[in-house]
Amino acid sequence: MSRSPLRGVKKVKIMQCKITLLDGSDYTLNVEKRVKGHVLFDKVCDHLNLLEKDYFGITYRDMENQKNWLDPSKELKKQIRTGPWNFAFNVKFYPPDPSQLTEDITRYYLCLQLRDDVVSGRLPCSFATHTVLGSYTVQSELGDYDPEELASDYISELRFAPNQTKELEEKVMELHKTYKGMTPAEAEMHFLENAKKLSMYGVDLHHAKDSEGVEIMLGVCASGLLIYRDRLRINRFAWPKILKISYKRNNFYIKIRPGEFEQFESTIGFKLPNHRAAKRLWKVCVEHHTFFRLVSPEAPPKKFLSLGSKFRYSGRTQAQTRRASSQIIRPAPFFERSSSKRYNMSRSLDGAPIMENHETLMKDNAAAKVIAKGDIITTVTTEKKVEEDKSEQEDTHKDAAETPEAAATTPLRQDTKTDSEQTDFAFDGDITATEYSFIRRVKGENVFIKHSNLMLEDTEPSADAVKHQTNISEMKRSFLETGGSTPGLTEWEKRLSSSPVHSPRAHEAPMIEPLEPQDVSYAEDKEDTEGKEMSTLDEKEKSVVPREHETDKNDMLPASMGKEMFKADTSVLTEAQTTEVKMLSTKMEIKTDDMIPLKGIDSPKKAMASWISEEVKTEASEVISVAAKEMKTSDGLKENAEIFTFEDIQSEQSESNLVQNTQQFSFCCPLHISTTTCCLPSFPPAAAKPSPDIVEVATKDMPVVHTETKTITYEAAEVDTNGDADPGVLLSAQTITSETTSTTTTTHITKTVKGGISETRIEKRIVITGDADIDHDEALAQAIKEAKEQHPDMSVTKVVVHKETEITPEEGED
Amino acid sequence: MAGLMAGFGHYTHAVVRGIPSSLAKEALRSCQAEVDVAKARREHDAYVEVLRTRLGLEVVELPADESLPDCVFVEDAAVVCGDTALITRPGAESRRRETEAMKGALKDLNLNIVEMTDENATLDGGDVLFTGREFFVGLSKRTNQRGAEILADAFKDYAVSTVPVLEGLHLKTFCSMGGPGLIVIGSSEPAQKTLKIMQQMSDHRYDKLTVPDDLAANCVYMNLPNKGHVLMHCTPEQYPESVKVFEKLKDHMLIPVSNLEKVKVDGGLTCCSMLINKKANN
Repeated sequence: MSRSPLRGVKKVKIMQCKITLLDGSDYTLNVEKRVKGHVLFDKVCDHLNLLEKDYFGITYRDMENQKNWLDPSKELKKQIRTGPWNFAFNVKFYPPDPSQLTEDITRYYLCLQLRDDVVSGRLPCSFATHTVLGSYTVQSELGDYDPEELASDYISELRFAPNQTKELEEKVMELHKTYKGMTPAEAEMHFLENAKKLSMYGVDLHHAKDSEGVEIMLGVCASGLLIYRDRLRINRFAWPKILKISYKRNNFYIKIRPGEFEQFESTIGFKLPNHRAAKRLWKVCVEHHTFFRLVSPEAPPKKFLSLGSKFRYSGRTQAQTRRASSQIIRPAPFFERSSSKRYNMSRSLDGAPIMENHETLMKDNAAAKVIAKGDIITTVTTEKKVEEDKSEQEDTHKDAAETPEAAATTPLRQDTKTDSEQTDFAFDGDITATEYSFIRRVKGENVFIKHSNLMLEDTEPSADAVKHQTNISEMKRSFLETGGSTPGLTEWEKRLSSSPVHSPRAHEAPMIEPLEPQDVSYAEDKEDTEGKEMSTLDEKEKSVVPREHETDKNDMLPASMGKEMFKADTSVLTEAQTTEVKMLSTKMEIKTDDMIPLKGIDSPKKAMASWISEEVKTEASEVISVAAKEMKTSDGLKENAEIFTFEDIQSEQSESNLVQNTQQFSFCCPLHISTTTCCLPSFPPAAAKPSPDIVEVATKDMPVVHTETKTITYEAAEVDTNGDADPGVLLSAQTITSETTSTTTTTHITKTVKGGISETRIEKRIVITGDADIDHDEALAQAIKEAKEQHPDMSVTKVVVHKETEITPEEGED
Repeated sequence: MAGLMAGFGHYTHAVVRGIPSSLAKEALRSCQAEVDVAKARREHDAYVEVLRTRLGLEVVELPADESLPDCVFVEDAAVVCGDTALITRPGAESRRRETEAMKGALKDLNLNIVEMTDENATLDGGDVLFTGREFFVGLSKRTNQRGAEILADAFKDYAVSTVPVLEGLHLKTFCSMGGPGLIVIGSSEPAQKTLKIMQQMSDHRYDKLTVPDDLAANCVYMNLPNKGHVLMHCTPEQYPESVKVFEKLKDHMLIPVSNLEKVKVDGGLTCCSMLINKKANN
């Protein structure tokens, strides 16, 4: 232990901080006591000459010796309660693809972290992997193998594995000899390319117990939440699958989106060792979700009655940091790859800088021992509890008092206050102390359009999109009603507690279909409507929230103000083999009988999907700006802007293009659904997904103008797949723009090839602007007709109708 | 360049085993059926011949053991991935000794042998689906949680997820790999359900090839030099509809292999060989 802070001196303003760096060395610096976390972090990054710093963070140990991430937005002294100001610099968000980092120096630090992860056992690897990773480490640190320069046992000086054997060292040496000429940066790249494939790469583990008291581990990673029992993965919840996470006392809850396994939203509870552990896990989830899934961080909730944590991730997201680092123009900085001291000898016990609570799992087969000393683990049911009707404030305080460490330190209570634990009384008071909704909230004037992330991996499927509640409050309400219990589970399913399977259907048509980890589950629901005909539209629409890509795509979340709904004249007719989308209001038909070829198409399409969505998003804002501009000039004149997006996909070359089977498919119009089940056709079938969204737009830029935005999306089911698929090889892309008086047509053609399947995708975006005199329906019908005529051999897979109308402020008010 | 997890489906060697006469009466089976040993042997010989002659694998043939009626199904005795071989502890008591000969053969091939000694663990190789990126272990009548844990311990690089086997003997009774990232799956409800659980558990993307007959979903995929994608699958006589599906795999060299007799004792195509890649290891 090093110097303790300068106690005793009166009016201490300066604190000495010791930060253990990734190479094992300590960096000492002085900061003012009152500074916030980011000051320390920035100083360390400066010291390290690190620009791509968003992947990193500073940790400190609390009194339970648990690793906590320093909150950059909070004062250091409020976070470090006791003991010396010792910290460690660590990787916080492990980039799924390190090759996308801009600078070698960033990769170098990531390597250092991973080496420690490997040596400490947190990142388990096979013997073969230890040799491979070890060999690149040697190359990066020592350079080429040189028998004259290197002692025969040169390799023993380095640490590669928790249990390093002579045999391992020999194998490492063998490989090292083959790397002549490889630069350190190359070696690190190879190291990372291998490390990133390891199943525990970047997984932050937390001890917990499930509802039955079984010891498990919860792993937070870029793609979601993983549940382990011993070394086995017993469940996985990708971020798109999670609607909300929350914690209360020492319980941690996740609310799961209804999918094929569960008909209703369900909440799964886990027991953490204590309140702080629950909160720590919750924070890590919030941060990972934000970093990897969102384009920009969400503003902390501003609530009137606040009790829950206001904590939100305030740093840059991966998308932002990538954008920012693409701007880095400095010449590659010189840095020394010191033979990391840390690995030269076995680690001292107190030197373990990170997450020792995670190590248990990784150690040879050691059953994960839960830390719950003396904790009485009660069964967490998914049912709501009515116990906590009292004010949450009381709860949190009581909670604080219950926790021994809390009682010991007054600071914790302060902490609680600082965090201002907040609860939404109205809806979640009975379950949740603090929650983090994965649904973008669109609230009044603060929100223009929140862009959630589409570019990131795992864009969620659209089918799940169809939500049944119009808004958050309704959702919450219905959650309370359904209580999340899932009937009819088998024992196994109960154990999984979250993967109850409800009558899956057999797929009769044999063919290759993309299996998407998340998507398929949603797609399954769609089958229910196969062959059905739907043309229901009425006020029920109100309650239909197309929560597709809720966290991601649905930037235009209805903020519960269903003032003006769709006209009840949009209808979708469905027939086997032939699908007609009739939009009665627009007197237009889209024949999509040739939609089937979609089935053979694989990833390019998926990749497209995200692009599409992105486009759509962009559009939305575009239009709004157009509309806004117009409105200003036209002084109250009604302005409409409509966007229609067509996407034609054609799959050519069926040599490797496996099956173009015919299967029944249907469109369904989720609008008619007001109950909990959403019905959309199964994968190959096409799904129509009207997404009526109304967003109230009122920003500073447009202080006066209120507009209403509606977006209806019709698309083939598969289009809504995730964006992290192999995008294939882009052959060509071109954009053509043409204009008439009232319309602007943008045609975007891309050709991609993946696995021998080439795909041509044409997206037409037609923006119709003008006042009410223009017959938009007519224009739309004409546009679609033209599109069909121009590309008779292609199918329309997606039609997005985005309509923006000015509305009077009163209408728009929530 | 050393790299991990490369070369899915690359094999150089196959370990197979002869059919004992005891198979006819004593081999375990889920439904009563008369097995013609002579026919079964002809079938098996043809299978081995494909591996050896048509595909050019180095075939190690273990002799049949009359006291082990199921010994031809070598897949269950071990799980080989990379240079590591996990010798299993088969779920059926009568099959436990099958691992002895297998262990010897794998040792001779210089694989790192890991043994499953825990008496609470059971694992049949037929319950282990390796996709190239991760393992799925079916929890079945023959395989339990403990067995899966030991497998996870033996192959630390990979995620090991457990999935329930709701029907059928093994996980691979109704699914198998048909290529890199391609899962062949039966169309029955339990099969589809299991597949969905696999999807949910996975960070990776797969394509699926659904065949009408569950049992036809058990096929043997290889990626061989000069041959590319090779798929040994059921014959049209046995599953005509499923074969039509396989025939749509235009990039694959398709080799229908008869399995009419062995299927009577729950033997699938994957069951009859243990495929090994020796090139990767040296």
